[in-house]
This record gives sequence, C-alpha cells and structure tokens, in this order.
Amino acid sequence: MTTTVIDVSELTRKFGDFTAVDRISFQVLKGEIFGFLGANGAGKTTAIRMLIGLLRPTSGKASVSGFDVYTQTEAIKKSIGYMSQKFSLYQDLTVEENIRFYAGIYGLSDENIVEKSADVLERLALHPVRKSLIKELPLGWKQKLAFSIAMIHDPKIVFLDEPTGGVDPITRRQFWDMIYASADNGVTIFVTTHYMDEAEYCNRVSIMVDGRIAAMDSPRELKTAFQVKKMDDVFVKLARPTGAQTA
Amino acid sequence: MNSFIGFVRKEFYHIFRDRRTMTILFGMPIIQILLFGFAIRNEIDEVKLAILDLSKDTITKEITDKLLSSGYFLGVRQLTAASEIDDAFKQGLIDEAILFEPNFGHQLLKDGSASVQIITDGSNPNVSRIVTGYTSAVLQQYQQELADMQNRKVLIQPEFTMLFNPELKSVYLFVPGLMALILLLVSALMTSITITREKEYGTMEILLVSPLRPYQIILGKVIPYLVLSFINVLTILITAQIVFGVPCKGSIVLLLAESFLYILTALSLGILISTIAASQQVAMMISLAGLLLPTVLLSGFVFPITSMPWPLELISNIIPAKWFLIIVRGLMLKGVGLEIFWKETLILFGMTVLLVVISVKKFKIRLT
Amino acid sequence: MFRSIKFLLQKEFLQIFRNKGMLPIMFLMPVIQLLILSNAATFDVKNVDFVIVDHDRSTLSNNLVESFYASPYFTVRSQEPVEAFGIERILKNQASLMVVIPQDFEKTALTNQRANVQLILDAQDGYSAGIVQTYATDILASFQQEVFGEIAAHASLAPDIQTRQGIDIRTQSWYNPELDYRIYMVPGILVILVTMIGVFLTAMNIVREREIGTIEQLNVSPLKKSQFIVGKLLPFWIIGMGELTIGILIAMVVFKVPMQGEFWVIYFVAAIYLIVVLGIGLLISTITNTQQQAMFVAWFFMVIFILMSGLFTPIESMPKWAQTITDFNPVRYFVDIMRRVMLKGSGISDIQTQVLWLIGYGAVILSLALARYRKFSA
Repeated sequence: MTTTVIDVSELTRKFGDFTAVDRISFQVLKGEIFGFLGANGAGKTTAIRMLIGLLRPTSGKASVSGFDVYTQTEAIKKSIGYMSQKFSLYQDLTVEENIRFYAGIYGLSDENIVEKSADVLERLALHPVRKSLIKELPLGWKQKLAFSIAMIHDPKIVFLDEPTGGVDPITRRQFWDMIYASADNGVTIFVTTHYMDEAEYCNRVSIMVDGRIAAMDSPRELKTAFQVKKMDDVFVKLARPTGAQTA
Repeated sequence: MNSFIGFVRKEFYHIFRDRRTMTILFGMPIIQILLFGFAIRNEIDEVKLAILDLSKDTITKEITDKLLSSGYFLGVRQLTAASEIDDAFKQGLIDEAILFEPNFGHQLLKDGSASVQIITDGSNPNVSRIVTGYTSAVLQQYQQELADMQNRKVLIQPEFTMLFNPELKSVYLFVPGLMALILLLVSALMTSITITREKEYGTMEILLVSPLRPYQIILGKVIPYLVLSFINVLTILITAQIVFGVPCKGSIVLLLAESFLYILTALSLGILISTIAASQQVAMMISLAGLLLPTVLLSGFVFPITSMPWPLELISNIIPAKWFLIIVRGLMLKGVGLEIFWKETLILFGMTVLLVVISVKKFKIRLT
Repeated sequence: MFRSIKFLLQKEFLQIFRNKGMLPIMFLMPVIQLLILSNAATFDVKNVDFVIVDHDRSTLSNNLVESFYASPYFTVRSQEPVEAFGIERILKNQASLMVVIPQDFEKTALTNQRANVQLILDAQDGYSAGIVQTYATDILASFQQEVFGEIAAHASLAPDIQTRQGIDIRTQSWYNPELDYRIYMVPGILVILVTMIGVFLTAMNIVREREIGTIEQLNVSPLKKSQFIVGKLLPFWIIGMGELTIGILIAMVVFKVPMQGEFWVIYFVAAIYLIVVLGIGLLISTITNTQQQAMFVAWFFMVIFILMSGLFTPIESMPKWAQTITDFNPVRYFVDIMRRVMLKGSGISDIQTQVLWLIGYGAVILSLALARYRKFSA
C-alpha cells in the first residue's frame, strides 16, 4: 500500500512576474486522503490545475498515476476524477441526464451507464428526484451528486477543489463519509479546503502560504509540532507568523 | 446619494477594465463608418456587358463604343451565339446582354428602323432596371445625333435641381443610418446584457437589499453606457465630417441633443428587454437577432419607407431608428430645426417614457 | 470517438429544447422576420409625393400638370402659388419633388420651340432621387411627343419623320420578368437569418460553459478536441439546415420564389456554408471570456457580413478594395448562390468557384477553432 501515485518536485507556476506556485514538492500515496490547505490566493487552485492537466507548469516535475503533467495530460485525464469549486453540473439538465452525459463522455458502455446511474441514485437516495433539474435541488445534494459523477468512471485518484463550500455541517459530514468510503476502496483523494475541521479528517495535510508549502504532515503531528489543540491554530500560526507571535 | 455615486463609479470601472470590450465598443463604430461609408453605395457603374453583334457594321461598332465610353460599363464580352447568354448569366459573368439583329445598320439607314434587344438579369431587379435605363439612354442619344435632320423639334427641357445632395452621394444617406443602427444596438445590447447578467448571477438581489433604490440601480447601470454611446456619437460625426464631408447644416447642439434623446430611447429599450429576458442569452438574442434586420430594413436606412406596402409603413412607425433618421437627415442635410421635426422628437420622447414605464411596472412585479 | 459525440449531441439538444425563452427566438423570430421584412426590401420608388407650382396657367401647362397626375408613380400633394411654399413642404418631408412651370411657358414653347421646366428634388436619398429623375424625364418626353405631334400636324411637316421609328429598343428581363423585388430578396434575407441565428448561438455556446464553469469538467475528461468541436457544431448545423428548409418552403409557397435549380445543389452548398459560419461562431466563442464579449465580436462581424454581402447594395458598386474584402465574406457567396440556383437554375458547375472558396474557408476556420480551443491554458 505504499505506491506513490502523485509525485511532485519543485513544481512552479508563474503568471508574469507573479509566482503563484513556488517550487512545491510532495508525494501522495495510494489510498491516502491528502488535504491541500491554504488561504484564498495561496496557490491551491493553481497547483491542482497543473496536476489535472488544465494548466502548463512553468518549471519543475510532476507525475500523476505515473503520467507526466507536461506530455501525458490526456492519459492523466483518463485516470482521474475531478470536482471543482465552480459548479460543474449542468443546471438545465436533470439528475439522470447529468449522470448519463458524464458517464457517456468517459466512455462507459450502455449497460454500464444504466447500472452506474441506478447505483448512484440508490446510494444518494436521489431516485425520487431523478427527473428534476439540477437547479431545483438543494446545494448539498448537488455537491454529493457532483462527487459521485466525478467517480463515475472509477478513477484511481480524485481531485476535489473546495468540494464543501457553502454546505451545511450535516451534509459536510455525509460528504466526508463518502470520501472515506472511496478511500477504503483504494481511491486516492486529493482535496483542497479552507475548513480546518475538515483538515482533521485527512491522513496528511500540506499547508500552502504564498505559493509555497509551509508545512506538511499528519494533522496530529502538526498540532504537536506547533503546540496547539486545533488545526485552526496551526493555520493561523503559519499564515500569519508575526501576528501569531505578538498575540 | 453618496452610495449612488459610488455605485456608478464601480460600474464605470467594470466596463473600462474590460479592455477587449472597450476596444470593440470604441473601435467598431469607427471601423464600420469608414468601411460602409466607402463601400455601401447604390450607384452602379461597373456593369458587366455582353454583346451579341449579328450585324458587325459601322453603326453597331459606333454604338458599342458609345456604350463603353459612357463610363457605366466595365469591358465587354463578345458573344457569338444567343445560346451563350444563359450560361453567362448563370455563372454570374454578365449583368446585361445586348443583341443587334443582322443587318442592323443597313436597316436603320434604309428603312429607318432596326431593332436591338436588351436582356438583363432580372434576378436582381435593381441592377436590371438601372442597366436598362443606362443603355436606353445611350441608344436614344445616338439616335438623336443620327437624326439631326429633325431640327424643327419642340424641346421641353427639364432643369433638375438636386436639393441637399447635389452629387447624389449615397454616403449622405447612409451615415445617419449607420449612426442610428450602431447606437441602437450598442445601447440596447449593452444595457440588456449588463442587467440580465446581474440577475443570472444572483447579484441583483444583493444590490436590491442594499440602501440603493431600484431606480438608482438601473440608472447606475445605464449611465456609463449613456456616456459611452455619446462618445460614439461624437466619433461618428467627426469621422463623417472629416472623411466623407457629410455636412451638418443645422445646429450641432441640437444634433447632439437629439442623439442624446435617441440614446435614451435605445437604453430604455435595453432595460425593457432585460426585464423580460430571463438570461443573458435571451437578452442578447432579442437585442441582436431581433433588432438588427428590422432596424436596417424598416428605418429607411437602405430602403425608402414610402415605397413599402402600407402594412409595413405602419409597422415601421414602432422602429425608433426611423424617427431618429428623419431628424438627423433633416438636421445634417436639410439644415432644418425643431420647428420641422418637433413631432418626431416628441415621438422619440414618448417612446422613451413608455419604455421606462413598462420596465418599471415589470420590474415591480418581479420584486413582489 | 462517435460515442462521445453522441452524448454531447444529446446533451446540447436537451439544453436547447429545454430553454423555453430561446425556442421562440430560434424558430419563430426568423420566420416572422422573413415573412415581414422581405416585403420591406424594395428599391422600387412609388408614391412620390410632389407639389406643382404653375406660374403659367395656360392650356399647355395644364396638360403638363395632367400628365404628372396621370403617372402611377406620382401622388400630387398640392398646387402652390409660389416656390417658397413648395420648398417648405419638401423641408417638412411632405413632398420630395417640386415641379415649377415658368411664366410664358406656353408662349415660349410655341414661338421658340423650346421651353424649360424646373424640377426640384429632395436628393437626400441620392438613389431614389435618380429614379424620380428618370420618371420625370420619361413623363416630359412622352408629353413632348404629344405636343410635337400636334405641332407637327399644324405645320404639316414631312410625314416620314413621324413614321420613322429609329432604333427599336426591346427590353427583356430574364429569370424575373416582372422585376419583383421579393423574389430577389427572400433567398438573401433567408441566408442572413440562418447565418445570424447560427453565429450568435454558437458564439455564445462555449463561452457560456466557460462562464458557468462546466467547461473545466469537460476539459478534465478524456474528450478529444475534435470531438468537442464536432459535438458543439453539429446541433446547430442540424438546426440551421432545418431552418433553411422551413425558409425555402416559405419562400416558395408564400412568396412564390421559383426553384429553377436543383435542391441537392442548395443543400450541398448549405452543408458546407453552415460549417463555415458555425465555425466562425465557435472561433469567436473560443477567443472570448464572457458572453458579452462574444456577442459584441459576433455582432461586429455580422453587421459587416450583412452589409457587405451584396444583399442590399450591389458588390459591383463598391470600390475595389472593398470588393476584395467581400471575398472573405462567406455570406456573400451563399447569398449569391441561393439567388442563382433558385432564380436562374445555376448548376454546381456554374458556381464551382464560390463553392471552392467556401470549402477553403471552412477548412481554415475549423482548423483555427481547433487550434484556438485549448483544453489547458499555457
């Protein structure tokens, strides 16, 4: 269980003079839930976009599932699932139609699509609303559905970019149950969030500050190292080192 | 009031920061005026002519030379058989074919009568009619010269005076038309999009719960485009004057004031569209696909309204551009003032008020 | 390959037909515009309002006035005692022509064999003024003929002058003998409507997915660029073909536009043409960031395409450089082809140059759209 599935070294991305991601290096192991933390604008989204092949890195090396992020982006795309902070389901299509569409473009066979649709509807208890338009559903339901759709082609790795933004605590809890279930099946989870309580659920977290990885370890180790009780405080100390000292 | 000014400022920033839209917004009217000012002409002076001369005598040669030197015709294609005419028309190689009967010159001199056929491409009635006119005129003139023995003829000589546009330039007609078209679309399109955009993204609700009054929100959205459109008026007028020498015989101040009124009409049309349209897409399609052709066709921009069948003449009354065109042409070309087109001004004003009232009603219904 | 396209197509159609606000705009509006606007596009000059100022008030001047009254093109507004009143009417847009018959018109005509009539025209619309001028000249010429006949009879001139016909000019207009403008305009306006709907809808399409954010989800999928472009283009291609068919039916049934050529020629060209214009829309969509920008760019090109298509004003009238620009206007080719095939019955060999242009255009546009659409940002 110690295969490396994401291998990043010295990965950098510049926009003009501005360095959004500055020589970050880390590895993610198979089946791990890897939390990618940071304040808004710290470079999380830029980093994730490079890993999933939406953005060319400026320099450095990275591979996902053994595929190079410069040359093998299409191969990466086949092996990963992705759910973005921007809402990725079609609001004017029904639940069923969205499932069918995404399953279709990921190349699932017809029987497979039927099977998977039934499975997703069943698991999320969305059967009664399967013919409702997405825009008529509450946000929490949509997020869970979006996650299931990101997993529809059984990817080895799934990237979640702020998946629980704006969702109530109970739904967030359910959402994390789904993540755990997937991880138990050997799926690697790469998740960005700025909810620090969620960071506690991760096997390991990295905290980005100003484009660099300021700390990376399991939540427990981090709390011990910073001598605090909550991940929140770790984050505050890292993000505002001077402010934390004077306080 | 302070929050209102702040809001307007924010809207201005929004627009000016979008470089691409800015470039299009200012560059486009100038490019279009230049392009169309030169290119959109009705004059037909490059008629592609074919001649089937079954006679080939001095007289048919002379007539051919006369035709070619008239300046209307662009070269000539000599045909050898009548069967070639159809093909030449179908391939679009010619606009007109002239057929001289065999022994044309001989018959004309001996019998005093010879026949010539003018065949035109009726699939384009416009060119067809004009070309026939040109050719007949040349033929008649030739005949006149030939028959100079008829010296005891009574001549009623018409003296034509072409008022307002002595050289019959089409650019005089089209510049005001383009102005009306560009202003209508820019103003209606931009306002309808900017308002539906807020609705689509749900930011309208945030604005509505702010201390700003609904009318202030609409005003704030509209004022930047009012300013932009007005700048467009100035650039169009300056281009028209410098490049095309389109005069402004009437009062410039009045012209600007009328343009301002017309922009207001267009903006309120945009507001109305935004109150009926649920999404940006719908708003855009109404203001573009819905307004473009009717404005071009029913405003008198290209086609004279008085020649249209009466139901269309009736419909043309609801096109704001029609009234603006009457005003602008009156001002620029005729040099008349409000005493002549107060009625048109009032109509535009009335339209604006009506549009605003309907929008406010619709807007309120939406809120409750 | 085709499987993914199938799913994209399904999705696009679902979205298109679910958008209740758009459906009437896509399908009803073009039909209404075609039905109404085709009647407006006429260069015929009719119902010319004119005023008469007759300073002579003689039999001859009366006769002249009568012949203006009798003309089907002119509608008399009023008789005015002095020119100033007539000018006033012209300024108020109540008349566009003033005929002034000078004092002693009859006397001069009979003694000097020569007399003047003044015609003052509102020439803002230079084109119409030219037509009015021709009408008036015609009326005067035939009036002169009558008077000349009378006088000649009086003077008992040599009769052969009267019988001499001179050059007998016979005119024929092929393909549209009545010179009906609608027959000429309907195919062209139909092309514009189909083009407009196609370009606007495709221009908004991709950029809309970008604004909403769904494009990211497609970009991380294994969907190929070509599949994506085809999947986006095909729905509107099918709709465009459908609208064209409805339009041709209306043209033939309502406006009695003849169909001299063959249907397959029109559909063959339309198939290529639609790829070109939809490709232009997609290209716009890939280079813009917001729907607003996309529409603005699309509008800019659309106005140029329409006004420089030869639909309303002839391309031959344009200066050389402008004619060169129209070589790059796909609308121009299709307007021309539609008219030629429908009205003249041109076959595919008659229009091969235009078709080749369109094919070349399509190839360039599609490869540009493919190149410009990136699944990643550089």
